[in-house]
Amino acid sequence: MAPPAEVLAVRGLSKTFPGVRALDDVDLTLHAGEVHALIGENGAGKSTLIKLLTGVYRPDAGDIVFQGRPVSFATPLEAQKAGISTIYQEVNLIPLLSVARNLFLGREPRNRFGLLDFARMNREAEETLRGYGVRVDVRRPLRSLGVGAQQMVALARAVASEARIVIMDEPTSSLEPREVETLFSVIRRLRDEGIAVVYVSHRLDELYAVCDTVTVLRDGRRVHHGRLADLDRLSLVSTMLGRELGEVRSEGLTKFTGDHHATDSRPVLEATDLTVPHQLHGVSVSIRPGEVVGLGGLLGSGRTETAKAISGALPTSSGRVTVAGVPLRGGSTPAAIRAGVSLLPEDRKSEGIVPGLSVRENISLAVLPRLSRFGLVSEARVDSIVNTFIERLRIKASSPQQKVGELSGGNQQKVLLARWLAMNPKVLLLDEPTRGIDVGAKAEVQKLVDELAADGLGVLLISSDLEELIEGSDRVVVLKDGAVVGELTGDEVTEDKLMRTIAGDTPERDAVGEAATDG
Amino acid sequence: MAEAAVKTVPLDKARALQWLQTYGVYAGVALLLIVNIAITPHFLSAENFRTQAVQVAPVIIVALGMALVIGTEGVDLSVGAVMALAASVTALYLGYGLVPALLVVAVFAAVVGLANGALVALVGVQPIVATLALMVGGRGVALVLLPQLEDLRNPQLASLGSGDVLGIPYLILIAAVLALLVAFVVRRTTFGRQLLAIGDSRPAAQLAGLPVRRVLILVYVVSALLAAVAGVLATARLQASDPTSLGNLMELSAITAVVVGGTPLTGGRVNIAGTVAGAVLIQLLTATLIKHDLPPSWTQIAQAVVIVAAVYAARGRGKR
Ligand SMILES: Nc1ncnc2c1ncn2[C@@H]1O[C@H](COP(=O)(O)OP(=O)(O)OP(=O)(O)O)[C@@H](O)[C@H]1O
Ligand SMILES: [Mg+2]
Repeated sequence: MAPPAEVLAVRGLSKTFPGVRALDDVDLTLHAGEVHALIGENGAGKSTLIKLLTGVYRPDAGDIVFQGRPVSFATPLEAQKAGISTIYQEVNLIPLLSVARNLFLGREPRNRFGLLDFARMNREAEETLRGYGVRVDVRRPLRSLGVGAQQMVALARAVASEARIVIMDEPTSSLEPREVETLFSVIRRLRDEGIAVVYVSHRLDELYAVCDTVTVLRDGRRVHHGRLADLDRLSLVSTMLGRELGEVRSEGLTKFTGDHHATDSRPVLEATDLTVPHQLHGVSVSIRPGEVVGLGGLLGSGRTETAKAISGALPTSSGRVTVAGVPLRGGSTPAAIRAGVSLLPEDRKSEGIVPGLSVRENISLAVLPRLSRFGLVSEARVDSIVNTFIERLRIKASSPQQKVGELSGGNQQKVLLARWLAMNPKVLLLDEPTRGIDVGAKAEVQKLVDELAADGLGVLLISSDLEELIEGSDRVVVLKDGAVVGELTGDEVTEDKLMRTIAGDTPERDAVGEAATDG
Repeated sequence: MAEAAVKTVPLDKARALQWLQTYGVYAGVALLLIVNIAITPHFLSAENFRTQAVQVAPVIIVALGMALVIGTEGVDLSVGAVMALAASVTALYLGYGLVPALLVVAVFAAVVGLANGALVALVGVQPIVATLALMVGGRGVALVLLPQLEDLRNPQLASLGSGDVLGIPYLILIAAVLALLVAFVVRRTTFGRQLLAIGDSRPAAQLAGLPVRRVLILVYVVSALLAAVAGVLATARLQASDPTSLGNLMELSAITAVVVGGTPLTGGRVNIAGTVAGAVLIQLLTATLIKHDLPPSWTQIAQAVVIVAAVYAARGRGKR
């Protein structure tokens, strides 16, 4: 059999942004049917490389040869038409258009009058999405879907167009294990059809599950490339971080120490019977100081809604929240924040960062009134807090004045964490806190959560990364269809038990019920 | 390699556009000054500069408030109506003295601002619709209060309109002080930062616990108060209250000044120095055309060209 044809050859690609050399003389070769892992720390230049390939940015230098011809795409649409289709890190669909329109954007079916054929579009969209395990009314606006489902739409869209290369920039960051499986089978199908796939992820087990070859970027340079199987996990991490193998090995890969000791038996936060029509049906959660409580469940089980209802971002029709015994006025974020409850939202791009403002202003956004007198900002106090957190969380920005919208995804997440840590909260609600964060930074964030809990902070942790949820939580409350279906404590906090509780295994639920009647 | 590098570097149009958006307005002002000094007789005189500055002062004051509103991704169409309202109310209450009259004006303006703000922030009406309602209604009320032009004979008011300190007219001083004040508010106060955050991403600002409604309402109140100041000053200069035509099309001039000055309509950024320069640019443009005896319709066409240029330059931002 002849060796698979080369579909893409990139030579000497470079890109400089004001103050940062984002990509420095990088080469990349892709063959038909190759699944290529692109990895590196936050800010290493992965997304930049992809954006240069697809015409989002212009390279400063370098050549891109696609299917034997030099190309220079002016827009992502041009790249897509030529056969490079991309799922960008930030879901880049149009929130107000219907799911079906998003799926067919730029290649809508038309009837014989040249008008959009909505009936056909909706029918085909429904069919296509069912293949991805997404069952929704495709006429609804895209934004009514959860982030995970939106990502599946983006995936379906990228795959459906006639592509020679499909690029996926952290496609799994908001997917459930089941959806990840769907994604993998799609990737395998693409590979069998001779399509090259570029796969970016910070989850190493995923890389080993689907990728054949790997390129490692560090500070904008290619530091390694070759077959993935030739490199074990630890060597991969040490290459990525540029640290000694021994050092990485002794530190281990997850940073949670496991148990915290609840310092006080009285809960710092008590949410009782939270009800939001059609979303939550009487959810109760309590958190003691120094405790990390995990929220388990599938997509759409009401985890994000629970966090939002507690933080006042989602109005409840009944139920109450008390913080250190004091009842909280419902439906008011400022009131919750004043009481010491902070929420790190799941949708970083649209609900978290303020993209046009600087790192400095984003970090100080919530804490600003405290750093001000008579409405006048004390710049010195802002600087000192901002610098402390940039250092403590190792936020990589060219300066505190850099716009947050220009930071790499992981660094944006760190900026948000800094915003809330600066508030010195009593309770932190973390909705997917390590999504899109590299292994190094992830360990730092996990360590930070541990330290904060040790200092007496109450933490609510939502994570689709089961390993993280299990290792990080002292207790896991399991949700299903907007209601609590079980709780795992102590030795019960295992992946197996969690999966079974989520699946609604009858003996498991009985056990929980018995325990409840016993007590 | 070096060759390839040269070949793939695109002619950086985006960068040129960005330069144009940030500094274009100053370049435009400089250009108009140079052209006028060269071709317009008697342009280079203290008297002429004084006239121009006094004419532009009310536009600057209104544009300052407009810049703040646009910074929140809104717009305030009611500013011209508020000027008219200020003129009517001044005429009605001047009998009690200037200061009491000004206080009543402030109350009226604050009510309009509160109404705008409440519609936008509490009811959720689009700013353009909410303020359109008050643009029509506000002038209606002004005309009910004072149906026709009325000459005002009040020495205090007259001196406000034409007096000066060390040769600098009060109007110019007031506009300058207000511009500095607003620039300070944008840069150094929590209100200023919160306003920009809300304009850039309202959901994020909300989840960060910012008092979104309060800030939005306050922004519209400030805009109305600034428009009222401009209305009183214009009335003082005319020494007459003219609710029929005072402030007509002022909303458009103010929006133009703001946009030309490099403040994007998409919110999240406010450029006060640019706004002042934008107002000056339009004033100079108008003056130039008038001095060379071109009909007023030409001024409007020229203004339109400037707006299109500004919006075009703004479009280039963000993409590299
Ligand atoms: N538009 C931009 N303007 C200025 N700097 C930018 C811009 N886009 C990216 N950068 C900088 O370039 C560097 C590389 O960013 P990039 O987004 O490629 O990282 P990444 O490897 O994708 O990281 P992550 O894993 O966090 O997504 C970062 O330092 C980032 O701050
Ligand atoms: Mg990235």
